[in-house]
Amino acid sequence: MNNIQLQDAPRAAQDTRETVVVRIAGDSGDGIQVVGGQLGLTSALSGNDLETFPDYPSEVRAPVGTTYGVSAYQIHFGGRHIKTIGDEADMLVALNPAALITNLAIVRKGGRVLVDSGTFTARNLDKAGYAVSPLEDGSLDDYQVMAADISRLTLEATAELELGKKAALRCKNFWALGLVYWMFGRDRQPTRDWLQQKFTKAPDIAKANTAALDAGHVYGEAIEAAGEATSIAVPRAPMAAGLYRSVTGAEALAWGLAAAAELSDRKLVFASYPITPASPVLHTLARLKDIGVVTFQAEDEIAAVCAAIGAAYTGGLGVTSSSGPGISLKQEAIGLAVSTELPLIIVNTQRAGPSTGMPTKTEQSDLNQALFGRHGESPVPVLAARSPADCFEVAIEAGRIALTYMTPVILLSDGFVANASAPWQLPNMDEVERIKVKNHADPEGFSPFLRDPDTLARVWPVPGTPGLEHRIGGIEKDFASGHISYSPENHQKMTDIRAEKIAGIAKSIPALEPDQGETGGDLAIVGWGSTYGPISRAVTTMRAKGYKVSHIHLRHLNPFAANQTELLAGYAKVLVPELNTGQLLRQLKAEGVGHAEGLNKVSGQPFLVRELEQAIANIMGAV
Amino acid sequence: MNEFPKALKPADYATDQEVRWCPGCGDYAVLKAMKTVLADIGAKRENTVFVSGIGCSSRFPYYIDTYGFHTIHGRAPAIATGIMLANPDLDVWIITGDGDGLSIGGNHLMHLLRRNLNCQVLLFNNETYGLTKGQYSPTSRVKTRSPSTPAGSIDHPVDPAQFALGSGARFVARAVDTQIKQLVDVLKAAHAHRGAAFVEIFQNCIVFNEDVFDDFTARDKAAGNQVALQHGAPLVFGEDQTRALAFDPQTLGLSAIDVVPGDHKGALVHDAGNRNLAFALSQMTPPELPMAMGVLYDNPTEVYDVGANDASRKRALVDVMRSGFTWTVEPGAKAS
Ligand code: SF4
Repeated sequence: MNNIQLQDAPRAAQDTRETVVVRIAGDSGDGIQVVGGQLGLTSALSGNDLETFPDYPSEVRAPVGTTYGVSAYQIHFGGRHIKTIGDEADMLVALNPAALITNLAIVRKGGRVLVDSGTFTARNLDKAGYAVSPLEDGSLDDYQVMAADISRLTLEATAELELGKKAALRCKNFWALGLVYWMFGRDRQPTRDWLQQKFTKAPDIAKANTAALDAGHVYGEAIEAAGEATSIAVPRAPMAAGLYRSVTGAEALAWGLAAAAELSDRKLVFASYPITPASPVLHTLARLKDIGVVTFQAEDEIAAVCAAIGAAYTGGLGVTSSSGPGISLKQEAIGLAVSTELPLIIVNTQRAGPSTGMPTKTEQSDLNQALFGRHGESPVPVLAARSPADCFEVAIEAGRIALTYMTPVILLSDGFVANASAPWQLPNMDEVERIKVKNHADPEGFSPFLRDPDTLARVWPVPGTPGLEHRIGGIEKDFASGHISYSPENHQKMTDIRAEKIAGIAKSIPALEPDQGETGGDLAIVGWGSTYGPISRAVTTMRAKGYKVSHIHLRHLNPFAANQTELLAGYAKVLVPELNTGQLLRQLKAEGVGHAEGLNKVSGQPFLVRELEQAIANIMGAV
Repeated sequence: MNEFPKALKPADYATDQEVRWCPGCGDYAVLKAMKTVLADIGAKRENTVFVSGIGCSSRFPYYIDTYGFHTIHGRAPAIATGIMLANPDLDVWIITGDGDGLSIGGNHLMHLLRRNLNCQVLLFNNETYGLTKGQYSPTSRVKTRSPSTPAGSIDHPVDPAQFALGSGARFVARAVDTQIKQLVDVLKAAHAHRGAAFVEIFQNCIVFNEDVFDDFTARDKAAGNQVALQHGAPLVFGEDQTRALAFDPQTLGLSAIDVVPGDHKGALVHDAGNRNLAFALSQMTPPELPMAMGVLYDNPTEVYDVGANDASRKRALVDVMRSGFTWTVEPGAKAS
């Protein structure tokens, strides 16, 4: 269903809010992610900007009704540019007691809590860990509770279709969605259309879910008429004109890699081994065989990076992808790509470590690994993506650097960026700069380590080219001939030139500028990666309150932009928030930003906007 | 008029690099055989790639004037996989050893074979780690004394051909470094096979494991302790061809029987397409039964690298990005 037209402005309602955070939670089998996705889509169609985040249980299939089987979906939508998924929820939908107990803490005091009272049975309360029903003991007094027997109401709404109890109860997620649609004035038609398309082969299921959706909506209208609840209007956000879709970071990254291949006229060979939270990139690319993408699910992480190196040797765009533990396994082979000077992209979707750590939780703790995780002197460029949409651009930038400089490039994403989704204005591919890198073809005076005097990149002689037959490997090579060399002077020279080549990339990086705020001043907040959203929102809010604070966000972590140290010297104070113990901070200090301070959090959770606002207030005092 | 390209001679495949193996090493014989094979099959230098791991045998690519990639320990099959995925038209030879291919890189070898990538794998088996100075290897026999096993090794070796068959290889062969004619024939058969072709080469390391294969390669023992496999020919061996292999219903395996030369009654006929027979042949060891040499198994099937590339371009990336739900924000849409 393409090119849905935006709807008219929302109807008049009794309450207006600039932005709203809704969290929907239930059992893994309740279809939480599906209705969350629908709420996202209709919110976009209502002209809101938004960001969403799925919170899956770690267990693949936990027993029904348990706290560890709860699946949740958070969505922040509103009438301004949305940068985060929101510190706290204005509304929680809890489809069972376990969903309530595990998600209540995120609801702001005074927020709305919709529960399916039909699931608050002794058995379910016990499984969730409630001694007494929270609906009866006053523990929810701080919230506006809407207790509806959604289970029973769903059965009634779908009775005509005679699906049987089990199948009918599966529709209660859409009943809840119907009520949420009423509350925020969302149009039901796109979801009706989606259901019809989704269940073409099971029209009764489509009808039942539609009936549940409508029943939830009618229920809302009825309580509004009875004066028991009010609906809320959320204004349109100012969005640039163009064609949009919703995209997760993993999808945008995968498409960015495909774009880099297209822009450089190379075959994308993507080799990966399954690992949380990196696998969605593999899944996305595996569906693109028909645009010429080759994906390879390798036998292990090492084979994955090696296959990507083999593809690079053969003239393809070789990419491998994993998360921290898998990157550790790949490091020896990345050293081979450094030594043979082959283009390669290594994507690290970071997660909480060390070791297995917390695979589904986010962290920025692999920067040191990216910079220093190999043996020998082996510098590698490092980039980081700040948001789902940014993943697309950074993947292209990784391709540009890898191909232009004949070097492996590490691209850092993380579990948060990969899984979050947001509206994305589709790029016009004709306007994106092409990556012009040719295979070497001239046998005259050929050596595999001939270099471009400007970039210091070596030539790319690809098998299949007559006259360029040559041998390379991980053994040190002679600067001139490329043959094996153990000469002390030559090793020094090659070590120096490999370092110089990577440092020289800085010349091609645009000058760093503040994302918000003045150039020079009292305080700069310097971030990288997925902390972009919370930092950006906090700086916007604090600037509105009169604080002279600037936000600077780094995409290039090695080498840094050439003007970075000078830019940061212009601020009296520099604060570096990171989801690690200070890995970028150490680099900044080493580069001469001696006055930088860290703000560090390693809990597996992203920064809250209010934590950053507080930090800014603490540093700057009252204004 | 296009000039017909001049046929290359074995010497035309030599590089200018000084060969660095120990004098008398079996690798020299294999190198010589390989150049003969390349000339005989008319290999195009530019379309041929030798990929190796680490070890004495892995220096092989430096000495052949084609494309060559000397990679890291054990990973040649994985890197070669990427080469074939990027360009399935290249002719890829993987050079590995018993330590490189069956110890540190055993996993990759197994998966390359079962996936059936279109290439040749030459495993130089010398039952030792030559380059690191003589430690015992995964193919060393029990009680092998080495710097790391001064009292003799206690672990059981893996048999390369059985490993390959067990991994699902569709072509498995054996040859001896110094039996040049057989080696050349086996390598040509491996090249002719479409899919992963695995060849174990018994290679003499004169420095650390001299004559370890003497029980079946020594001049006076070869005829009696080797059976040369020929598809469709009876499995006879011995100085005067008076011994033959027969099916033994008792053990469900093979046994040796006496035959009259020229009349092979009771002898099994080799069928390279029979996997059970290949397994039975791979398990024979002297002195009870002869070592099976030549092509044990040759039964081609679909090739992975071709399948992985088998899609015609139906869409462009923009079509992908525009698929699914999209919506348009019109110019002038303002905040309400
Ligand atoms: S150590 Fe053994 S295998 Fe290695 S080159 Fe010398 S003889 Fe050959």
